Amino acid sequence: MEESVNQFKVIAFHLGDEEYAIPVTNVGSIERIQHITRVPNTPPFVKGVINLRGVVTPVIDLRERFNMEKTPYTESSRIIIVRIDELEVGMIVDGAHDVVDVMNEDIEPPPEVVGSIEVNYIKGVIKLQKRLLVLLDLNQVLLQEEFNRMKEIGS
Amino acid sequence: METNQYLEVFIDESKENLQIVNDQLLELEKNPDELSIVNEMFRAAHTLKGMSATMGFDDLADLTHKMENVFDSIRNQIAKVDANMMDVLFDSVQALEEMIFDIENGGDGKKDVQIIVEQLKRIEKGESIDVEASSVVTTEENPTNTTQSSNTSIDLNEFEWTVINQAQSDGYSVFHIDVSLAEDCLLKAARVFMVFEVLENSGDVIKSIPPVDDLEDENFDHSFEVLLVTKETDEDVKHKILKVSEIVEVDVKLFDDKPMTEEEIEKIELEKQEKDVDEATEEGKKSVNNKAVNSNKTIRVNIDRLDVLMNLFEELVIDRGRLEQLSQELNHNELKSTVERISRVSSNLQNILLTMRMVPIDQVFNRFPRMIRQLARELNKEINLKIEGADTELDRTVIDEIGDPLVHLIRNAIDHGIETPEIRKKNQKSEQGHLLLKAYHSGNHVFVEIKDDGAGINKDKVLKKALANGLVTQEEAKTLTDQQINEFILASGFSTADKVSDVSGRGVGLDVVRNTIESIGGTVEIFSEEGKGTTFSIQLPLTLSIIAVMLVNLKDETYAIPLSTIIETAVIKKDEIMKVHNKEVIDFRGQIVPLVDLREVFTVESDREDDYYSIVIVRKGDKLAGLVVDSFIGQQEIVLKGLGNYLTQVFAISGATILGNGQVALIIDTNALIK
Repeated sequence: MEESVNQFKVIAFHLGDEEYAIPVTNVGSIERIQHITRVPNTPPFVKGVINLRGVVTPVIDLRERFNMEKTPYTESSRIIIVRIDELEVGMIVDGAHDVVDVMNEDIEPPPEVVGSIEVNYIKGVIKLQKRLLVLLDLNQVLLQEEFNRMKEIGS
Repeated sequence: METNQYLEVFIDESKENLQIVNDQLLELEKNPDELSIVNEMFRAAHTLKGMSATMGFDDLADLTHKMENVFDSIRNQIAKVDANMMDVLFDSVQALEEMIFDIENGGDGKKDVQIIVEQLKRIEKGESIDVEASSVVTTEENPTNTTQSSNTSIDLNEFEWTVINQAQSDGYSVFHIDVSLAEDCLLKAARVFMVFEVLENSGDVIKSIPPVDDLEDENFDHSFEVLLVTKETDEDVKHKILKVSEIVEVDVKLFDDKPMTEEEIEKIELEKQEKDVDEATEEGKKSVNNKAVNSNKTIRVNIDRLDVLMNLFEELVIDRGRLEQLSQELNHNELKSTVERISRVSSNLQNILLTMRMVPIDQVFNRFPRMIRQLARELNKEINLKIEGADTELDRTVIDEIGDPLVHLIRNAIDHGIETPEIRKKNQKSEQGHLLLKAYHSGNHVFVEIKDDGAGINKDKVLKKALANGLVTQEEAKTLTDQQINEFILASGFSTADKVSDVSGRGVGLDVVRNTIESIGGTVEIFSEEGKGTTFSIQLPLTLSIIAVMLVNLKDETYAIPLSTIIETAVIKKDEIMKVHNKEVIDFRGQIVPLVDLREVFTVESDREDDYYSIVIVRKGDKLAGLVVDSFIGQQEIVLKGLGNYLTQVFAISGATILGNGQVALIIDTNALIK
């Protein structure tokens, strides 16, 4: 079990050209894009709710969450269902490819600016041979205060 | 002995038994000479005592024991039933309730009941000065005078009897073992522990006297008794125990004294009881019969499990809808008939599941008699309470919600409604006020009525107050119906009481009642005649998890509006819409109803260019609003779902549901749209 302390698995996905990662333990499942019911009077990045096997689950667009340029969904777009604490939220990404084994020492602290997203959503940067994965801080991404602030701006 | 696993059963059964005592006390107060009532209470108290002692809740056992003695005195006509005695007995029941509540919440059930115990003792003996004290039965082991069995000094509760009977029929023997320790034994607890270890290796100990806790604390002389269920012979058991040092004597007897068992006596008593009851009231008979049926045919199921079952079934309902739709699309005959069968079976299942979650409203009603009695005494009023339809069943979730509103309404009726005996006499009414609590089914709803024959609502006073509070204008006041005036008393901050009492009159309460009832999809109506009395009629949905809604379209989106809030739907011409203060309103059956365009509320791109508007008229209390939608889809039963923890408090959306096509539809919270 010594391995597990030092090593963990992440799900790698991309938004545009950039690759991101979240720990596999936070991921419930990865779904194809399906019908999303819009929920009015919520921030723009909240796309609505989906029927996830009988559970009504909210879905956010991660591109819009990070104020990136909006693009239409494609065949490779996916909804990653993440769970932290009591929250269960779907995040729309441009594509989710693989599960990667990461050693703790592969993670570097976040630089001042990484790609296009604000630094407080980032836990660190994972350096693999030819790839750079941005490890997201899900707590920050799904933070309620942030949500409320965005809601006020949105409305 | 591990007692934790029985704790839940203990709490449930204690509550039941306590409720019996409570009910019977009220009954006794009405018929002080009816001794069969005392018997019933005695049995309940006795069981409670036995169980608490086994579980090691000594205070509980002690207090029940004292009550039991009082009952016995009543039964033997040593003590006389009077108001003071009833007060003390009610206090005791309350104390017991608090203890059980404490235990339920993880406490140790300890409570200082010294005063009550003293009072009980006085009652027990107080009036028996002429009678020899010896005739008062005080031995715990011989609760009934008829029990004089020499070999059974152990009293057992129903549960233990079941175990024994089961064991005997499975070929085990039950031994009554008397163990004596050496007089000079120093480590009594340790010896007891060793004996128990021996016993538990050979079988199961189902009872010990004194209870295990006392044994562990060395609260006993030099001997103790146990009941053991085992396959071994009495000789074997005896020898094994004697191997423990400092044990001087072991007496092992076969425990099979059926003719003298308490069960037998209970049976006799029950028969006697039934005879009594035959002669007595119908109601009493029903309760005895019910009890007999219940004990045979029900099992206890944890509510959580029922909830899980319900959740699973809800998923099935959604899949059923999907399946039905698919089979329609595919038009395959065999598939169709199979799906139809599944639909039929699952609707049956739905009915059964929903009824499984139903509980009689008695669970709420049964706490009222004592509360009313107490309140009436505090306020010096005489009240005759009548309860009808206590067996009316409602979903557990609804039951959980209505307790507090009903308490409010009852307090209100007693404080403001029913007058004092003097005033009643002056007004040529019976001195005793009447309060009727009635529940009944009607369609998909349950109605609960609280009816008093008190002073009624003074409409002028209410109207004056309403004008003063700015709830209505002088103009509007003229057109109000009696009903509408009555409903002002449900408005927040409204009280016509000249005097604020502890009970009510602060003007908080009735608005809370209305809000609570409406939040679970019910309504409150008031009927009142001045001088004659007031009736509060509450309409409640049968269940909260599956509700009927009206599905409507807004462009390509589907929304659900709970049917309980809808008055009717209408299609109106565009030129019928008027503007008042820059707001669109319509004239709906002589009433001005403001329109709320759902496209605006839910920010749907608006390009309505129709000459006709589809409108859903909804109500909140006595206010109406017309919701403008694009089209009506129809009525449907849906399963209520939450939006999850991420999306909390979305404006005007109370939840979601999953439609037959697998998509999510949002449920509109119409209360938020009516101002």
